[in-house]
Amino acid sequence: MVESTINATQAVVTLDVPIQGIVWGSIITVNMWAKSIGTGVVFLGAFLWFRHKKDDMPNLRWLMPVIAFLSLNVFLLFTLIDLHQPYRMIHIFTHPHWTSSITVGAWMASLFLGLITILMIIGAADAFPGLGGKKCKITSIARNNSAVYEKIMPFLVFLAIPVTTYTAIIMAQSSARELWQAPTEVMQMMWAALMAGSAALIFISGSWSKEARKDLALVLTFAVFFSFMMYMGEYFFSFKSSEAEAVLAYVHSGGAYSVEFWIGMTLGFIIPFFLGMSYMKSENTTLLRFAAILALVGLFLVKDVWLKIPQMLPLS
Amino acid sequence: MKLGFLVDLNLCMGCKGCEIACKVENEVPLSTWRLRVKYIDLGTFPDTRRSFTPLRCNHCENAPCERICPVSALHYLENGIVNIDSARCIGCAGCMMACPYGAIYMDPETNTADKCTYCAHRIESGMMPACVVACPVEANIFGDIEDDHSHISLYIMEHKGAVQVRKPEKHTSPTHFYVGGGNATLNPLAHQRIEGFSLFNNITHLEHVGDKNHGILDRFLAPFAGHHGPTDNASLIESAIDAESHEQEGGH
Repeated sequence: MVESTINATQAVVTLDVPIQGIVWGSIITVNMWAKSIGTGVVFLGAFLWFRHKKDDMPNLRWLMPVIAFLSLNVFLLFTLIDLHQPYRMIHIFTHPHWTSSITVGAWMASLFLGLITILMIIGAADAFPGLGGKKCKITSIARNNSAVYEKIMPFLVFLAIPVTTYTAIIMAQSSARELWQAPTEVMQMMWAALMAGSAALIFISGSWSKEARKDLALVLTFAVFFSFMMYMGEYFFSFKSSEAEAVLAYVHSGGAYSVEFWIGMTLGFIIPFFLGMSYMKSENTTLLRFAAILALVGLFLVKDVWLKIPQMLPLS
Repeated sequence: MKLGFLVDLNLCMGCKGCEIACKVENEVPLSTWRLRVKYIDLGTFPDTRRSFTPLRCNHCENAPCERICPVSALHYLENGIVNIDSARCIGCAGCMMACPYGAIYMDPETNTADKCTYCAHRIESGMMPACVVACPVEANIFGDIEDDHSHISLYIMEHKGAVQVRKPEKHTSPTHFYVGGGNATLNPLAHQRIEGFSLFNNITHLEHVGDKNHGILDRFLAPFAGHHGPTDNASLIESAIDAESHEQEGGH
């Protein structure tokens, strides 16, 4: 009984302001998820071109930049709509603060999108000779400079690495949310890109060679496996921070987001892993596509949980 | 010159005079706070006591909010104050994610981040911050911590072993100090939060009632909306009459 009179064990907040709640919500999850697809298809495209002949994947040259272009525009749109002052987004370019990873990331992502746009125009102009008609100057310039595509591609792959991982640096700079302060976040971003990129390309791989599609299945299987293992490590192993421990202890106890986390893990990681493995033997394309859909859904759910849970902790 | 703040929690009686003075001086909108006083009950009946902890921006020398701000809206003044330029702020909330003390809020009137500035505008005119002036027991002590003869420096030297900062493990080097604080008062994980202020439950949030710029679409339409422009406290009060507080997650 005597312990109940000790201040340190019997301290109760009796008056305070409401906790701010979740400030970065699902809009930011969409942002990260779409960016994973946008950069992931570039990694996978380069990997496949390195491993196979271009004829094995006839539509990859124009569809890869199209997918990346659409995903990156979703990413930028959701970045914009999350701002409370969306028209001031321009300040990032007119008043940049270079210690901020938000600034550095915005500049890199914009450059990345610009290069992807060039690839998309060249790829589409080459794939569709009638595109734009004979008088269209843009497609004409694109066709005349078709070789630029291959020259840009190595630089684009190199740029895709920081564009993928800069969100982890934003999280590292978000020093109030200790759950995000893990070095594993950088690799999680890379695995997410490989997961999302391979899943997205599976949908356009119908006309590809079996070997190329097997490579996609292999990357998806590896990515979900290693990402799952890293999440489990972060989820169950001890953090060296009391705030991150408090957040995880709450989720472990079945608190809010526990169910969403495990649904995401099952849908996005465990099931796609087995489906990906089975594809190596059965070569069942339908199951592989199903695995790709589940991986994209599960990735969204898990990222959503990981983004929100540390924001529920009171900071003062 | 480096301005600093010290609160002697042994003197604070939780009158919230500083909180009100801050609200009035800076026209802080409803549902937001630059400075607040938290009450914590310690011990069990009949051996209990209540502690009062004023909480505000710590004006860190190594401020995470300044570092993460993408447009330098948060910046240092020459006197060490971490100031905010709301005209430049894009409302990304990065600073809210970075501040380990939860001292930054999104102003529902301007849709920009805001926080305590140690009343920089008053200091510029040679006045003390509003909360310091309002404190009836002089628990708030403010001054130049680089001047060995200032009141705050003498106070720190006098209470050397008992001076604390919040979350020193964050290495933010706050210029806001406490005397008479303990783990139970300064560490948010060392006390329980029961219904309404609980650690994780769906606490009662004030929705930003009347905030015309609250919705995503409204943020885009706000500059063209004419009469639907930014709200002030009067319109917030008007809207609040019909609004009910509700349980939900999300604060902005």
